[in-house]
Amino acid sequence: MSQVAFAPGVFTWPSDEPSLIGGRCGDCGSVTFPQPVSCARCGSTGVDECPLPRRGTLWTFTTQEFLPKEPYAGGETVETFEPYGVGLVQLDDVVRVEARLTEADPARLHIGMEVELRIVPFRTDPDGTEVVTFAFAPVEGA
Amino acid sequence: MEDVAIIGVGLHRFGRFAGKLAIDMGAEAVRTALDDAGAQWTDVQVAFGGSFEVDNPDAVTSRLGLTGIPFIDVYNGCATAASALQLAADSIRSGQNDLAVAVGMDKHEPGAFTSDPVDYAAPAWYGEVGHFLTTKFFAMKINRYMHDHGISHETLARVAAKNYRNGALNPNAFRRKPVSEEEIAASRMLNYPLRHYMFCSPDEGAAAVVLCRADVAHRYSSTPIYLRATALRTRRYGAFEVHASWAAVEQDHAPTVYASRAAFEQAGIGPGDVDVVQLQDTDSGAEIIHMAENGFCADGEQEKLIAEGATEIGGSLPVNTDGGLIANGEPIGASGLRQIHELVHQLRGTAGDRQVPGSPQVGYAQLYGAPGTAGVSIVST
Repeated sequence: MSQVAFAPGVFTWPSDEPSLIGGRCGDCGSVTFPQPVSCARCGSTGVDECPLPRRGTLWTFTTQEFLPKEPYAGGETVETFEPYGVGLVQLDDVVRVEARLTEADPARLHIGMEVELRIVPFRTDPDGTEVVTFAFAPVEGA
Repeated sequence: MEDVAIIGVGLHRFGRFAGKLAIDMGAEAVRTALDDAGAQWTDVQVAFGGSFEVDNPDAVTSRLGLTGIPFIDVYNGCATAASALQLAADSIRSGQNDLAVAVGMDKHEPGAFTSDPVDYAAPAWYGEVGHFLTTKFFAMKINRYMHDHGISHETLARVAAKNYRNGALNPNAFRRKPVSEEEIAASRMLNYPLRHYMFCSPDEGAAAVVLCRADVAHRYSSTPIYLRATALRTRRYGAFEVHASWAAVEQDHAPTVYASRAAFEQAGIGPGDVDVVQLQDTDSGAEIIHMAENGFCADGEQEKLIAEGATEIGGSLPVNTDGGLIANGEPIGASGLRQIHELVHQLRGTAGDRQVPGSPQVGYAQLYGAPGTAGVSIVST
């Protein structure tokens, strides 16, 4: 069975140590995610690809407990939908990124906890292709 | 620069009206506002119409009379109505016009708003993987705020219960049944920590305002209300905002903070001078955060203020006296003009069962929405 990323250029894949791909502005040094066509801080078009740290801390979080409308493309129905966690993860002092969390129980999540990047199954297409996405998982024992 | 007076307000009830067009609701709101002002559609020299769902709010002219005036369609997210109001006011301030109308109308499908994230400068995959939801943003923002400033889950329920109570006193509200804090706290979790009854719903409705040069206001109205300030601001680098796949570590204030400061400066007053407040309560957490972002309290003080009833109609800082978005729902184009409609009635002393006691003199309205735009208006007697 083949595994494909939901979109190119968002994270390094396939990879044993995948990382999110951000952009660093050549003029002001600002880092954003994903790599933008121009810098959100200064407008410069000189933004270079920048791999982001794989670990970070949870700055805030919520849970998504209802099935999103289109353009959501997870393939679930109201009956099969399982809630997922969403967090804003601070990666060192570089940038905060919004991502799914592998944990959807708010009782097991707390602000400031250490989390690490994972590439996780998102949906399986009719031809058997497994589409994967990025998520952050609590670091065990941290 | 000419001063601006509000001489008429009109509202088409918010809710669900199967088979009724948004432009018909808009035309009714304009007629009501003109009747309230004692003016005719033929007196109107320019109009600004706000909507998300209606391509051309200008279509109301075919219901009101094709008089040939400039009619400018406005869309600016949840700040659409504040934008239409500011443009109408500016056309009078500049001396170009003596009498202007701002109108907003919408008719949304039930359920959370959705769009194409690409139109918000977010990547296409942002929606496909399930991040493109305003509700999720508001939940993440209040969750961090509760952690930083000691706001409790009970306070989230109290705010929603207060707005449903106020809605029950408002014949134009969508939700007219009080809902207890217990029912709110037991309703379905949608985005932790926010539950179903803590959110407003996109719905239908319209509102309109008639404005004129302050020096001729008494020709129309014995109780003109003066528009002292209008300010719009977009997000700065460093603000944590809706529909963004990232946020900067280096933090800046939300756009509401800048819009609020600019509006107070224009009006030459401070938060302590305000008697009645309308805030964007997309959810009960947003009302709590917006109390501080607009300068009405310090971060964290809301916990005590709300427990003591300060934001009730009879409290020291009445907030969302007509039930806010939680009880009225949000027809985007009309929502901010609904706030002005309420403030004008409060300042005239004609707000009926929900009248703030003690003859309020100064009213304040704030809107906030995607993709990080805020609008503030200040009115006074």
